Amino acid sequence: MIESVTIMGGHGRSGRPEAVQQIDLKMGNVVSIVGPTGSGKTTLINDIELLANANTPTGRRILINGCVPPSEYRYDPAKNPIALITQHTNFLSDLPVRKFLETHARIRDKRDQSTDGLIERVISFANQLTGEPINLESRMTELSGGQTRALLIADATIICDTPIVLLDEVENAGIHRTRALQLLREHKKIFLFVTHDPRIVLLSDFRIVMREGSITDVLHTDQEEQKLSEGVSKLDDSLCLLREKLRWGQRLIANDLEVFA
Amino acid sequence: MKLAIVAGPATTGKTSVIRHVIRKLKSNEKKAAFLKIDVQYAEEDIELAEEFGIPTRKIYSGELCPDHCNVMVLGDALEWAEEQGSDVLIVETAGLCLRCSPYVEDVLGIVVLEATSGMNLPLKVGPILSLSDIAVVTKIDRVSQAEREVFRARIQDVAPKVLIREVNALYGIGIDPLVEEILESADVEGQLYLRGNPPVGTCTICVGKKEVGWQSHFGVVRSLENQNFYRGQ
Ligand SMILES: Nc1nc2c(ncn2[C@@H]2O[C@H](COP(=O)(O)OP(=O)(O)OP(=O)(O)O)[C@@H](O)[C@H]2O)c(=O)[nH]1
Ligand SMILES: Nc1ncnc2c1ncn2[C@@H]1O[C@H](COP(=O)(O)OP(=O)(O)OP(=O)(O)O)[C@@H](O)[C@H]1O
Ligand SMILES: [Mg+2]
Ligand SMILES: [Mg+2]
Ligand SMILES: [Zn+2]
Repeated sequence: MIESVTIMGGHGRSGRPEAVQQIDLKMGNVVSIVGPTGSGKTTLINDIELLANANTPTGRRILINGCVPPSEYRYDPAKNPIALITQHTNFLSDLPVRKFLETHARIRDKRDQSTDGLIERVISFANQLTGEPINLESRMTELSGGQTRALLIADATIICDTPIVLLDEVENAGIHRTRALQLLREHKKIFLFVTHDPRIVLLSDFRIVMREGSITDVLHTDQEEQKLSEGVSKLDDSLCLLREKLRWGQRLIANDLEVFA
Repeated sequence: MKLAIVAGPATTGKTSVIRHVIRKLKSNEKKAAFLKIDVQYAEEDIELAEEFGIPTRKIYSGELCPDHCNVMVLGDALEWAEEQGSDVLIVETAGLCLRCSPYVEDVLGIVVLEATSGMNLPLKVGPILSLSDIAVVTKIDRVSQAEREVFRARIQDVAPKVLIREVNALYGIGIDPLVEEILESADVEGQLYLRGNPPVGTCTICVGKKEVGWQSHFGVVRSLENQNFYRGQ
């Protein structure tokens, strides 16, 4: 049973030790990672996914339940407790979608469930996030950027179904982000979001702040921010509505921005 | 002395992997020597000698099968590396033949494949993968986690006994287990033998008969409809 993940600080790009030397993530925590472009956010979640042990350029170490994780986590995908949804917006894989998912389900050892059933669920999850539905017979390389990321999120949630989920800038995926958040949060896990999105940040228990390759601060969402969260969500819903209408070729009307009304 | 033979298609990251292995060997106070085998052009010997101050050499296989060229020169190479006082000899070879493999019995054989090469590659490279001990998958930073795992599954399907180790060869992430395998491998001694069976000889085209069509050739030939068959004189 995975109960916690610990990040033991390393050093930033300058080589100086990180200001924050230990962060504990507990089961059920939702955490954001924020910081300007190039500040090392992706590098941090890669360190977690690689179960870094002072063997990456940052010198960080990752502990699970307080201990150095067993090497089988890295060498056997069926035992890997982490799913990582990267910033990649294209697949290099030349397999058809169905074959890809089948193979992934096999190596993640989901043989206790019917493969066809799993694949059905992945596709229906992914298609809730994209505009144009994904066809199981098309090649992975043919998917658009948004479809690619929707499929990766669905694959991570349903096929990997791991206790730890790392997501890199889901808001840029061009997918239905609010729906993605709802679907994701149905599962009790540790979530780490690399994000620039105020809505996601305010829904988090705390946020890790990064600068120049280094963790500089950890900020817990305080009461004032929690109060703001509702307004931010409303504002965001309105913007999403506008985006959807524009996307489907509709006109906007004054009433669409009811938060200001 | 230990020996490791590192093979794999062009630009998969063989030298990048070896560079990090040499660095780690050095920090373990082990002396490495390096031999590069290529068909017609290579400069790794100069780069690695400059970077690490270790003895290096290269050889061009020219008309020989590059994988078997390795087997031809390996005896000399081992003597040379011993003379240099090396603890480990690392051989980098292109592995362009796809019918052959350069590995030797009881010597660590490492194939380097890239995660970016497409899911059918493991099915296409033949004995260079199936006869290896370790498959190193590079460029994992360029693909999603899901693709990396599916690539692993595709390798396991063709080579179930091969140990798979994923690395980022730019930063040397995941290199430690390779160094451990090399240091734990047996010392080379006595007569060495090529691993696996070499392919069925050469055809009459290989030895210079240029007519198109199997009717003009002898020995092991092949038509569009049939498998290989023997056509005697
Ligand atoms: N992103 C990324 N690039 C890599 C990685 N490994 C190697 N490369 C790049 O791939 C290119 C080829 O790497 P080499 O190490 O020269 O490959 P090689 O197999 O020795 O090539 P040849 O000897 O010419 O056949 C270089 O530009 C490397 O920087 C990796 O893990 N990630
Ligand atoms: N601690 C560190 N030490 C050395 N290099 C680092 C460190 N952290 C990050 N880097 C390097 O800095 C570069 C940018 O980092 P990264 O891609 O993680 O930034 P990011 O915050 O995800 O940026 P973006 O918002 O553009 O996605 C990378 O080349 C990475 O290898
Ligand atoms: Mg990033
Ligand atoms: Mg090379
Ligand atoms: Zn050959």
